[in-house]
Amino acid sequence: MRIELVKRPERSKLFSALSPFIAFALTVMAGAILFAALGKNPLAALYTYFIDPVTQVWQLHELAIKAAPLILIGVGLAVCYRANVWNIGAEGQFVIGAVTGSILPVMFPAATGWWVLPLMLVMGALGGAAYASIPAFLKTRFNTNEILTSLMLVYVAQLFLDWLVRGWWRDPQAYNFPQSVQFNPSAVLPELDPMAGRANWGFVFALVAAVLVWLMLSRMMKGFEIRVLGSSPRAGRFAGFRYSYMVFFAFLISGALAGLAGISEVSGAIGQLQPSISPGYGFTAIIVAFLGRLNPLGIVAAGLVLALTYLGGEAAQTALGISDKVARVFQGMLLFFVLASDTLIHYRIRFAGIGQKSTEAA
Amino acid sequence: MAKSADKAANLIEVRGLTKVFGTLTACDHVDLSIREGEIHALLGENGAGKSTLVKMLFGSLEPTSGELFWKGKPVRIGSPSVARSLGIGMVFQHFSLFEALTAAENIALSLHDGATLDEIASRSRELSKTYGLPLDPDSLVGDLSVGERQRIEITRCLLQEPDLIILDEPTSVLTPQEADKLFETLERLRSEGKSILYISHRLEEVKRLCDRATVMRHGKVVGHCDPRKETAASLARMMVGTDVVTAESTPIELGGAPELLAICGLSRKPAGPFSMPLKNIWLSVRTGEVLGIAGVAGNGQGEFFEAVSGEALQESADAVRIRGKSVGRVGISARRRMGAAFVPEERLGHGAAPRMKLSENLLLSRHDTDRNAFVALGGFVKSGAIQSATQRIIEAMDVRKSAPDPEAAALSGGNLQKFIIGRELDRQPAVMVVNQPTWGVDAGAAARIRQALISLARAGSAVLVISQDLDELFEISDAIAVMHNGELSKPIPRGEATYEKIGLLMGGAEPGHAAPHHPEVA
Amino acid sequence: MDITVNILLTIATAATPLLIAAIGELVVERSGVLNLGVEGMMIMGAVCGFGAAYLTGSPWIGVLAAIIAGALFSLLFAFMTLTLATNQVATGLSLTILGLGLSGMIGTNFVGLPGVRLPNLYIPGLSDIPVVGKLLFGQDPLFYVSIALVIAVSWFLFKTRKGLMLRSIGDSHSSAHALGIPVIAYRYLAVMFGGACAGLAGAHLSLVYTPQWVENMTAGRGWIALALVVFASWRPMRVLAGAYIFGAVWIGQLHAQAFGIPVPSQFLSALPYLATIVVLVLISRNKRLTMMNTPASLGQPFVPDR
Repeated sequence: MRIELVKRPERSKLFSALSPFIAFALTVMAGAILFAALGKNPLAALYTYFIDPVTQVWQLHELAIKAAPLILIGVGLAVCYRANVWNIGAEGQFVIGAVTGSILPVMFPAATGWWVLPLMLVMGALGGAAYASIPAFLKTRFNTNEILTSLMLVYVAQLFLDWLVRGWWRDPQAYNFPQSVQFNPSAVLPELDPMAGRANWGFVFALVAAVLVWLMLSRMMKGFEIRVLGSSPRAGRFAGFRYSYMVFFAFLISGALAGLAGISEVSGAIGQLQPSISPGYGFTAIIVAFLGRLNPLGIVAAGLVLALTYLGGEAAQTALGISDKVARVFQGMLLFFVLASDTLIHYRIRFAGIGQKSTEAA
Repeated sequence: MAKSADKAANLIEVRGLTKVFGTLTACDHVDLSIREGEIHALLGENGAGKSTLVKMLFGSLEPTSGELFWKGKPVRIGSPSVARSLGIGMVFQHFSLFEALTAAENIALSLHDGATLDEIASRSRELSKTYGLPLDPDSLVGDLSVGERQRIEITRCLLQEPDLIILDEPTSVLTPQEADKLFETLERLRSEGKSILYISHRLEEVKRLCDRATVMRHGKVVGHCDPRKETAASLARMMVGTDVVTAESTPIELGGAPELLAICGLSRKPAGPFSMPLKNIWLSVRTGEVLGIAGVAGNGQGEFFEAVSGEALQESADAVRIRGKSVGRVGISARRRMGAAFVPEERLGHGAAPRMKLSENLLLSRHDTDRNAFVALGGFVKSGAIQSATQRIIEAMDVRKSAPDPEAAALSGGNLQKFIIGRELDRQPAVMVVNQPTWGVDAGAAARIRQALISLARAGSAVLVISQDLDELFEISDAIAVMHNGELSKPIPRGEATYEKIGLLMGGAEPGHAAPHHPEVA
Repeated sequence: MDITVNILLTIATAATPLLIAAIGELVVERSGVLNLGVEGMMIMGAVCGFGAAYLTGSPWIGVLAAIIAGALFSLLFAFMTLTLATNQVATGLSLTILGLGLSGMIGTNFVGLPGVRLPNLYIPGLSDIPVVGKLLFGQDPLFYVSIALVIAVSWFLFKTRKGLMLRSIGDSHSSAHALGIPVIAYRYLAVMFGGACAGLAGAHLSLVYTPQWVENMTAGRGWIALALVVFASWRPMRVLAGAYIFGAVWIGQLHAQAFGIPVPSQFLSALPYLATIVVLVLISRNKRLTMMNTPASLGQPFVPDR
């Protein structure tokens, strides 16, 4: 038996809507197998992983904390991937955004006032955008593959942060711990409802960004331009759109959103700079973008799902004694299944036996 | 002829061959038999199912049902290698060649006798002497002209020593003189006892060359005939099903009509590794005029279109003028604002975004010129206005579709082309530049498109048509210029133009044909 | 003199995993498939190689396990992109993400364990020749494998009929299909060869370069291998040159750190990544040349009509 693809005349609306759910269901099934292989009761483990972490209000707040950067970055990446621009260095832009946003609270810790936080956020976004403009520039000016350059810059950004918190910006009172000074209260992103949990305004930024980018992609000329250039570049050129301009636009938007996510994370959830400020948000956001089918509203839902995989990983570690790396495994599987389910949108799958009549399935 | 004798002489016989793609039946119970030593024509319009049929004969497509007999025995042709081992060779319309490989390597890929590249080179040189198919085995295919590529395809096919040779629209890439040479080769092969399945929609050459013909329409065989006993008109009627209308063009006197489009000394360096440079091109199209540009594919037409449309900018602003304004340094949107409209050769992926709806494809070329109508304050798209304009175009051009606002890729070639042309006509452009207006389009749509272009010109616009189809250019143009090797000849008024004259120019025969004919405007 | 020899030896050790991974990816890309999962396959090779060697005590079984792990892992990518025609860039990324996660899980219990080192080759007499002896006859076995792979791939691609077919598929899969060349089958084999090479490269890291298991120990080498293929314009001999240049950069910055150059160590550690960017810029500046060399169907999904 072999598997054949038969192209559909038009994309299937049914599977466009269903594919993320199919992917999630397959991931859960694969997860059950994985847990069973590790010698755990699959149902109990799945409960620990996917349900238990979100049964109380404060846990939902934790979910929002994890989801906020994923959504912010994912929304920006959706713009990139729709435009067929492959920014996979959001992790680096996140780090640089955190660094540039922290200039104010770290170098001028005495600065207080209502303006401190907004300025930090703006500087974070600008920093992320500026860092993202490097691969954009290299791509448009020298035709350099943006996948590789943006990724290499992640390592550079992480090393730069490492140097900052161990060197120049190290808090002298921190007994040689590699960390910056604690941000003063006016540089800290406020929590939404301190009585209920730790979730901060970063989640609101994420929702606002998602709605705005959704409006742009679906209702505005700019979104049309992005979609045309991404799906058929030559038709885009015929329309008078410029791909090189779009490369910059997409990188700047996604860099700015990643930078904003970075400074929001540091000034919100963490409160200071330290060598590691992200459990791979920039990479996980790639999965978020695809699971959300590159639609900003879908990305909000996808961000929550992926945030849950982080919480589930932590829960699995404490409750089941499994490596928290299991979160990465779940994330990787999820992306695999999303991509596989997306095939159903454009193709029907046919199982053909050798030398016999083919049978068609949906 | 006795039935048994008839059967014995059949090299290949096809009974009830059917191919279904989803909801479309591309071939519907097709019967076909080819005798030994004959040239058999397969006639039909674009989309009639000819290519699908031959792909099944060559094993590239798997039939849904039906039977195949090779030399009287039932066979199943599961792949091209099976076809080749039986003795079936194929020359594809869209060549199956590899640009980054040499001619010899290309040939080696379809031979299975383990010959070294040197042996292949010497065998193809020998073959080329016998059949008059000159080629250089060491040259990179990407650097070769379309005619040379076809010779590689034919050589490759002949080196397999097939009994049946399938040729899919072989003359569409040749000048009339090159086509004559090809016919000599084919006749020689016939005299050696080989059979040839010859696919074409050019009726004159079928009448001249072929012994028998099978005619297809909408996936079905509608008749068999002896083309020598038919007229071109009767063959066309069999293909199309109704009488064929040709566009009507009454000659006009251009006199001192104002010039709307002028190309003045346009040159362009090659853009990619295998693209053609343009060399000092001059031309002028006046109000009321349809100017045709003939030429074999790959002689710079695509590069020329990009330069005129503004997808590629020129070094000098004066190289392109639209309505007297120098536009060589501005892009396609600015040129459209000057009143120009453009229709590229490739529909899917250039003139239209395949996976976008027709209404979105309307916006593709109109978002800038009709900004006020289609885009609201703040950059929001006015979907209502776009929808109604889309419907207007669909009605004006009689675009047939299966859904209210389908994706471009879901339309047939002819209907999509009508939409794309209609999208531009709807603006009533002062200058219209069209590359291959009816390539791959059925006869009804083609006639409609041609008539629309003539009407546009007669209403006061300047129309520039680039086409490989000489019949089309003779039907609609007031004058014809020829593009060869990146150079453009002087236009020849239709009254003075003949197939032979144009054909020689297409082959690059006439020297010094890039002379500027408007030296005073330089 | 000895110092020079030692530096050359360490450069070879640093270059070998890059070379093995890159030569595998070169074959994959020559067939028209872009597998961005090299990093993931490499780390899977590293952890499986280490684990198998540790558990059996035989580094050779480790090498074998790494090769099998890489090939099997790449099979996942092949099924997705070739059978299901998924986006190659996204699928490659997910392979890397999955590989980093899975290797971390598998390796949880390996962290901090003493490794098993693949012994260097020693040929009595030959290996004792001063200078040349150590360089030519005293290196780790995978060094010789890497050189042999370069030669074999070169010969395969440009001197054999199957190599010609592979290149033709990379140039135009639809033409190859029309001629009856089994496009998908060739690509499956190419992808699995690439996976096996990436796994072997990972084994070099965990059995030769630093014989132990450390999470994320590939440290971006898979990505650098991808860059090397571009740098080499898809030519095996140039991959060899490129890998050694990068090996030199890698070792250079380590020596500079050890030497106590008054530059923060993080800046030196960033050098290989920055060098990759610089090299990519230099090589891709000539757009025409890049277009000439890039396999024309690279990254395009292929779904034949049937």
